[in-house]
Amino acid sequence: MADIETHEYDVVVIGAGGAGLRAAIEASAMGARTALVCKSLLGKAHTVMAEGGIAAALGNVYSEDNWQVHFRDTMRGGKMLGNCRMAQIHAQEAPARVHELESWGALFDRTDDGRILQRAFGGHRYDRLAHVGDRTGLEMIRTLQQHAVHKGIDVHMECTISRLLKDGDRISGAVGYWRESGDYVAFKAKAVVLATGGTGKAFRINSNSWEYTGDGHSLAYWAGAELIDMEFIQFHPTGMVWPPSVRGILVTEGVRGDGGTLTNSEGKRFMFEYISDYFRAETAETEEEADRWYDDKLNNRRTPDLLPRDEVARAIVAEVKAGRGSPHGGVFLDIASRRPADYIKRALPSMYHQFKQLADVDITAAAMEVGPTMHYTMGGVRVEPDTGAATLPGLFAAGECAGGMHGANRLGGNSLSDLLVFGRRAGMGAAEYALGLGSQPALTDADVSAVTAEMDAAFSSDGDENPYTIQSDLQDAMHTLVGIIRTGSEIEEALGKIAELKERAERASVTGSKAYNPGWHLAMDLRSLLTVSEAIARSAAERTESRGGHTRDDYQETDPEWGKWNLSLSQNADGSMKLEKTPLLEIPADLAALIEEAG
Amino acid sequence: MSRADTSHLSTGTNRQVTLQVFRGDANGGEFVDYTVEMEEGQVVLDVVLTVQATQAGDLAVRWNCKAGKCGSCSAEVNGTPCLTCMTRMNTLDMSQPISVAPIKTFPLIKDLVTDVSFNYEGAKQIPAFAPRAPDADDGSYRMMQQDIERGQEFRKCIECFLCQDVCHVIRDHPENKPNFMGPRQFVRLAELEMHPLDTADRTEFIRKAGGIAYCNITKCCTEVCPESIHITDNAIIPLKERVADKYYDPFRWIFGKLTGRD
Ligand SMILES: Cc1cc2nc3c(=O)[nH]c(=O)nc-3n(C[C@H](O)[C@H](O)[C@H](O)COP(=O)(O)OP(=O)(O)OC[C@H]3O[C@@H](n4cnc5c(N)ncnc54)[C@H](O)[C@@H]3O)c2cc1C
Ligand code: SF4
Ligand code: SF4
Ligand code: FES
Repeated sequence: MADIETHEYDVVVIGAGGAGLRAAIEASAMGARTALVCKSLLGKAHTVMAEGGIAAALGNVYSEDNWQVHFRDTMRGGKMLGNCRMAQIHAQEAPARVHELESWGALFDRTDDGRILQRAFGGHRYDRLAHVGDRTGLEMIRTLQQHAVHKGIDVHMECTISRLLKDGDRISGAVGYWRESGDYVAFKAKAVVLATGGTGKAFRINSNSWEYTGDGHSLAYWAGAELIDMEFIQFHPTGMVWPPSVRGILVTEGVRGDGGTLTNSEGKRFMFEYISDYFRAETAETEEEADRWYDDKLNNRRTPDLLPRDEVARAIVAEVKAGRGSPHGGVFLDIASRRPADYIKRALPSMYHQFKQLADVDITAAAMEVGPTMHYTMGGVRVEPDTGAATLPGLFAAGECAGGMHGANRLGGNSLSDLLVFGRRAGMGAAEYALGLGSQPALTDADVSAVTAEMDAAFSSDGDENPYTIQSDLQDAMHTLVGIIRTGSEIEEALGKIAELKERAERASVTGSKAYNPGWHLAMDLRSLLTVSEAIARSAAERTESRGGHTRDDYQETDPEWGKWNLSLSQNADGSMKLEKTPLLEIPADLAALIEEAG
Repeated sequence: MSRADTSHLSTGTNRQVTLQVFRGDANGGEFVDYTVEMEEGQVVLDVVLTVQATQAGDLAVRWNCKAGKCGSCSAEVNGTPCLTCMTRMNTLDMSQPISVAPIKTFPLIKDLVTDVSFNYEGAKQIPAFAPRAPDADDGSYRMMQQDIERGQEFRKCIECFLCQDVCHVIRDHPENKPNFMGPRQFVRLAELEMHPLDTADRTEFIRKAGGIAYCNITKCCTEVCPESIHITDNAIIPLKERVADKYYDPFRWIFGKLTGRD
């Protein structure tokens, strides 16, 4: 390549969270020359923050649990919009992936007979989440990272990919920049695996890090691949609400799994008022039954505090609106009055620490104040369930940036297992594809120069717009207009704002040099943030029903007709967004029977 | 009207504070004063990010989780090494400017960002985890909770590298770096050595490449660890004992390894 640093690989994995690490390990094990590229340092990806656990039907606490029940819970939790083949593979393979982590050094909490302990979580029939206190993500990423460093994978840290390149209609590589120096770098690749995570930074209140700007979604879309289900955004019901500076930081569902309950200003366990018909048959109707359920899941039904997240988040919004909220506009999450202090400290050490240090609240003595926070992006790159292949030859995706697995709503714990199951499969798919491809696709000087010119253009000081202000205005627009409860007119208003913000982003000004310059990095990230915001808003406008993580005030019912369609997004030749209804993968009779049976 | 769904956002009471942030790179730099509005409950990282968003767009700082979980945001605030995302402003004297400097032990890249590759290189050299065969056909193992508690303590490490930062062996003597891996890696090594499934012997590595003899048990690393890992008592001292034992009594080392006891 003319004058920029260039590397050549079979497989380039973009993203070093759980999905990217697992993909790289697999690709490398299959003999592919593999690189792992990430925006932050290794081990700092979003996965490190995951708290509650990894869902896998190990059957260690309830031997009644098996992949069939896990499959059913996942499909119903996703309001039947998920890809049934992905949900099947996921439920079948998750246990082996968890055992594999253990054989790579992970130390999960144990049952009395020395097996992996599992905890209860929302929407799961049985205690299913393998965990380490409330720091499961740290255990997972560290285990994968420590395993990967001995496998001959080249890790390129603090390197951001800004565009994918193609040779004809197949992937040929990627171009980006080193955050430290601001120098540009090109990767020739036969196959690229996207594992870049979510889009949370498009919303004001979120549980996500600065990295969550929807890069993978956008890279795929710009390169010509399809995205699906972008209207489905998960607002986790329990984020911190006070003090203002910590608003949105996650409070794990494990608090409720381990006995905590949601109450309103009248001290009432209000979730009993919000049991939808859809989940009525499997949900406890009295506090007594709900409390018995913690110890005996076979003879009692699940507490409504652990309904799927979309249901609980909407209930909290309704309680606050009705004037029954907590002093700072959330509701109460109480474990203090329900479990002994030493139990709480042992099961939920980071929550204890987090509230004590950031909010001056001792959760063993007082209730927490919580409210919904943008948490997870269900939509993503459309993939083949078995291989993780996107709709573009040579492109693969796994983890949060891939779509389909979780349908309209993801169950807690199903992400970490998704990362392992589909990270491995995407790594395998990519390696197989790359090794089967004779020669390296061509990466031309002209293609690379076009991308570097674009990055240069973002480094301009003559505009009158601050990139941080643009991001902040976008977050406000998305949060108020395409947030937890939506209406057609507001979504239209948001689309207008996004168009204005795109123009303003053209005039973003950057101060200082190219060396480690977050203002410049953000000016470039704005392109992907605005792209995914538009994708979310357009899809949300189109789907005229309420389902899972998409609630329309003007279309409150779940419409069976919409239940047959995914919304698929791709780029028109003129650069505009093309939105299409594509039919859901049909459920084969044997899988359909599983859903009926246990229902 | 759905717009109401963010109406519950209350704002705190604001006040002005001045941060003295180190600005510069390997060629040198200086502290620059920034005065900004601060909201109730903010941590040092919040204020640094406010400075970045409003006055110094190119201010280099690392962060990810803002909740003490990723170990990215280490810096020295008023001279004290800490996680800036877990250091509340109201624990500091806000009537005076508050200084924020990069951690000192690692080469400066820019502003608050340092080159921590030393730690990643160290991790790579440590001989990999080598488990015994699984206990069951499904690939699973049996381990008792009490046998993994120590390992779990070590695995709480978020790799903030604050222990590395305060360790005088490398803080005051960068020339020791090639011979001394630092407390973070001793935590990792201790974890592997006490792992009920592991079968490898790293004693020689701990002695030689690890350079454990350089440590004179000042406990500064333990004091600074945000995860409250008892680095010296639970990791370093047992490792030192193992190294010593191996030299004098190889049989005892093997016994310890097989039974998980010292
Ligand atoms: C606080 C919190 C708690 C959670 N708890 C749980 C839980 O208990 N159980 C569960 O199942 N799920 C949980 N989740 C969800 C889950 O953690 C995430 O969905 C999951 O970790 C995402 O993993 P990933 O591998 O897809 O991406 P990530 O771990 O986010 O990694 C993304 C990677 O992509 C890189 N990247 C992004 N863009 C670029 C680019 N342009 N160029 C180069 N690299 C790039 C980033 O640097 C990073 O390395 C939680 C999430 C949060 C926020
Ligand atoms: S106890 Fe040892 S490792 Fe820890 S700071 Fe002191 S000299 Fe360094
Ligand atoms: S041992 Fe403690 S201080 Fe050292 S890197 Fe780990 S968490 Fe940080
Ligand atoms: S930002 Fe993650 S520890 Fe501070």
